[in-house]
Amino acid sequence: MPNDIRPLPVFRTEAVTRVYRTGMVEVWALRGVDLSLAEGEMVVLLGASGSGKSTLVNILGGLDLPSGGRVYFRDRDLRRASDRDLTRFRRDHVGFVFQFYNLVPSLTARENVALVTEIAADPMTPQEALDRVGLAHRMDHFPAELSGGEQQRVAIARAIAKRPDVLLCDEPTGALDSKTGIQVLEALHEVNRDLGTATVLITHNASIQRIAHRVVVLADGRITRDEVNAARVLPGEVSW
Amino acid sequence: MRALDRKMLRDLRRIWAQSLAIALVLGCGVMVLVGAQATQATLVTTQAAYYERHRFADIFAGATRAPEGIVEAARLIPGVAQAEGRISFQAVLDIDGMEEPATGQILSLPATGPELNLPLLRLGRLPDPDRAGEVALAEPFAETHGLTPGSRFRGVLNGQLRELAVTGWVLSPEFIYTMPPGAMMPDDRRYGLIWMNADAAAAAMDMSGAVNDITLRLTRDADERAVIAALDQLLDPYGGTGAHGRDRQVSHAFLDGELSQLGAMAAYLPPIFLIVAAFLVNMVLGRLIAMERAQIGLMKALGYGRREIASHYLMLAGLIGVVGVGLGWAFGWWIADAMIGLYGDFFRFPFIIREWGAQALVISAVLGLATVALGGLRAVWASLKLPPAEAMQPPAPPRFSRGIADRALTRFRFRQTTMMIFRSILRWPGRAAITLFGVAASVGVLVMSYFIFDAVERLGDSVFQQANRQHVTLMLSNAQTDRAVQDALSLPGVLGAEGAYAVPVRASNGHRDRLTALQGHFPGAELARLVDDAGRVVTPPRDGGVLPEMLARALDIRVGERLTLEMLSAPRITLQMPVVEIIAQGMGQEAHIAAEALFAAMDSGPQVNMIHLAVQSDRMADLNDAIKTTPRIGGLLDWAEVRRQFDATLSDNLLTMVGIYTLIGVLIAIGVVYNAARIQLAERSYELASLRVLGFSRAEVGYVLVGEIMLLTLVAIPLGWVVGYGLALGLVDAMSTDMFQIPFHITRRTFALAALAVFLAALGSVLMVRRRLDRVDLATALKARE
Repeated sequence: MPNDIRPLPVFRTEAVTRVYRTGMVEVWALRGVDLSLAEGEMVVLLGASGSGKSTLVNILGGLDLPSGGRVYFRDRDLRRASDRDLTRFRRDHVGFVFQFYNLVPSLTARENVALVTEIAADPMTPQEALDRVGLAHRMDHFPAELSGGEQQRVAIARAIAKRPDVLLCDEPTGALDSKTGIQVLEALHEVNRDLGTATVLITHNASIQRIAHRVVVLADGRITRDEVNAARVLPGEVSW
Repeated sequence: MRALDRKMLRDLRRIWAQSLAIALVLGCGVMVLVGAQATQATLVTTQAAYYERHRFADIFAGATRAPEGIVEAARLIPGVAQAEGRISFQAVLDIDGMEEPATGQILSLPATGPELNLPLLRLGRLPDPDRAGEVALAEPFAETHGLTPGSRFRGVLNGQLRELAVTGWVLSPEFIYTMPPGAMMPDDRRYGLIWMNADAAAAAMDMSGAVNDITLRLTRDADERAVIAALDQLLDPYGGTGAHGRDRQVSHAFLDGELSQLGAMAAYLPPIFLIVAAFLVNMVLGRLIAMERAQIGLMKALGYGRREIASHYLMLAGLIGVVGVGLGWAFGWWIADAMIGLYGDFFRFPFIIREWGAQALVISAVLGLATVALGGLRAVWASLKLPPAEAMQPPAPPRFSRGIADRALTRFRFRQTTMMIFRSILRWPGRAAITLFGVAASVGVLVMSYFIFDAVERLGDSVFQQANRQHVTLMLSNAQTDRAVQDALSLPGVLGAEGAYAVPVRASNGHRDRLTALQGHFPGAELARLVDDAGRVVTPPRDGGVLPEMLARALDIRVGERLTLEMLSAPRITLQMPVVEIIAQGMGQEAHIAAEALFAAMDSGPQVNMIHLAVQSDRMADLNDAIKTTPRIGGLLDWAEVRRQFDATLSDNLLTMVGIYTLIGVLIAIGVVYNAARIQLAERSYELASLRVLGFSRAEVGYVLVGEIMLLTLVAIPLGWVVGYGLALGLVDAMSTDMFQIPFHITRRTFALAALAVFLAALGSVLMVRRRLDRVDLATALKARE
């Protein structure tokens, strides 16, 4: 593909910085990040704690605003978005998966997914979403009745049910053992493969990087490595 | 300072708003207790001291005309310490600047100075024994008319117009509450007490060497009933109108009624507030401490013992308790000061002996601190039982399960956010119940407060719109034939006239007796009617009498039993009358009989001693002028004025009281709802932030928080109506005195107002908490799982 004719990236950041001020102290979480994410791409973000991975993902997902630089979702400048615009943006385009699942304990698996399908523009049914993560048979269980891996798969179903443009996953396997962690990665892999959803996956577990198209490494708020995986492996081949 | 103490102070600062809300509710309970008790104690002590210093008599008796020597005979009755005879009579007064006539009660002052019921000189001097036309006036009356020493006014004394000169203003323990005869409320404009030299009074009334009013002071161990019986016997040949103790002395009886109502309030209301406060403190402290679970685990991991940790949190609870009790004391004193000021002015106590109500202070402090300690202890105990490692972990997600209620709810296919509301209520029914109880209690308190207005309105309506439709009542000096009614029709402006007859009686049933009046009702009376509290017009039948409930209760008499009525003025006969009906009448004290039956028993033709008039409103001035010069008329009651006094007196006192209770009711609602919402927010901020992340707007997320609380509020309102109904019923019971019973009647307006006030207070509180949702930082709320 010639260099000058490329599809519009899903996300593009230019010199993004993020400074937290607590009292007299300034903490630079991001010190100028340039990154772009293509349609259908799966990117693993690696880095030690405090390297700025979560801050970057929060900014991409509209949970936080950069202190400097530019962030584009397609051709929209997220830095100029109002709170209302960001809510709309999250509702229509972004799926989140968190380390601690963030399920609503008072709703069953199906209802947790319905929470999103009720407000999304063109959702799949809760059943379909749960089917995709292999949990259709556990649909009427409350979170407290599900294992950690199952809860995380419900969270993934909830994230994809709206057919998001991008899936942002912050340490989705962080609280899981390796066996259930692999099940969760398989679910993410299938969604990326079958629906073509661009996926950003934060982890500090280096062995996971091999399942991605691309690996971006952050340290001290800067990108220190950005390379395409020559040989991807399936989640089932990963071990830690 | 130890680190743990520092932590406590910082924790307190962090949760200051919630702590303050708890302290305020607790303070309300303490405030009512301290305020009411201090007011009551102060007024009771002041009353006693006033009576003692001014030698208020114990026994009072009237007669038509008794020789002066009877006073000495009365002094010799066993148990009597002091006796004094006076001349007492009523006069119509003509005062400059006052269109209508006023009524004066003239009392003679012995030349040697009074020994009982000592008047307290407030301004000027007492009348000079050598100057016949000098008088001292009761301060309230004199002040109302600006009759300073040196002023003059005119009075019709025994049919003769006399000019009287004012020498001074006085107060008397005998007339703390000055009720014009026939009126229901004090009237300082139209009714005044006048003290005159004994010689001058005797000359004016042709009573030289005679008295018609005797007062006695008893020794400490005297038998009041025996003294009354002996005095009655002594006065019987001289037209005695029945001796009585302080309990039937108008001023004392009303003052006592007022004070016992205050006492009832002090006993009835504070427990309600303290119970609500206890629940609330329990709930809030419980949740606050439950959220400290990780810190409790950490402290245990660091080597703190259970006792140290428990005392740490109990101290936190204790501090909130101390603030609450302190606020309650401060506001209680402030309220007591306000109430004492109000009552002090109303009764014109010449001095106030301020009582602090030490007992109430101690009780409220003990109850207040016990309340917070209990709430704190319960919560700390649950956390202390956990092993430290587990306590430091985030709590497991709460278990939800499918009950019958849940399955029913699912059928409705609510939105998921609505399901979250219902499931939260079903999952923590205890917590929802406390919110329900608290909000219901505040609705109840408001219903009870506003009910007082309903009751007064009902009472006013019954007395002024239903029973007494006359504009003016004329009191005749002596009973006359019914020709007097025809004569009254010729007075200027009179549209209609109706005669009435009332005679003072001693009503007795066995050993119980009461001094009251027997009212004879003429058939076809349209102006003044006998009406019960339900608005029903009662016509006494010919074969017996009708009694109001309170009189029947005092005499312990039932329908069908016979009542003995001993007339205390001419013709002084004794009747036996079967009771044919007992009616509910809040202000009724008198016995009623058909006039025809009464005159048949008296063996006399029809007589009248009162005439009720309907008057053209623009001719009142002419009527007043005519009455001032009509000697047979002893007094006049202008019902518009009576109504004005009734409204003014009640509205002053009631507005203050109802204002305070409204404040308290609203404070409870705010305290309960604000705390419930804050707890919700703290416990579910993670969940609510998740909703925001998923793309729910602020309003949609706010709906989950506001919806749950407001749903509970809506359910609590009808419950609160039931609570209010019960509280009002209890209040009626607690505040009823021998003289007065509050009619029980709650309007829809009261229910609606109470509901509205609480609804708005709840909405305001929860919206205040909802604003905090906007400040939750989504990224950190999701990371920091606590």
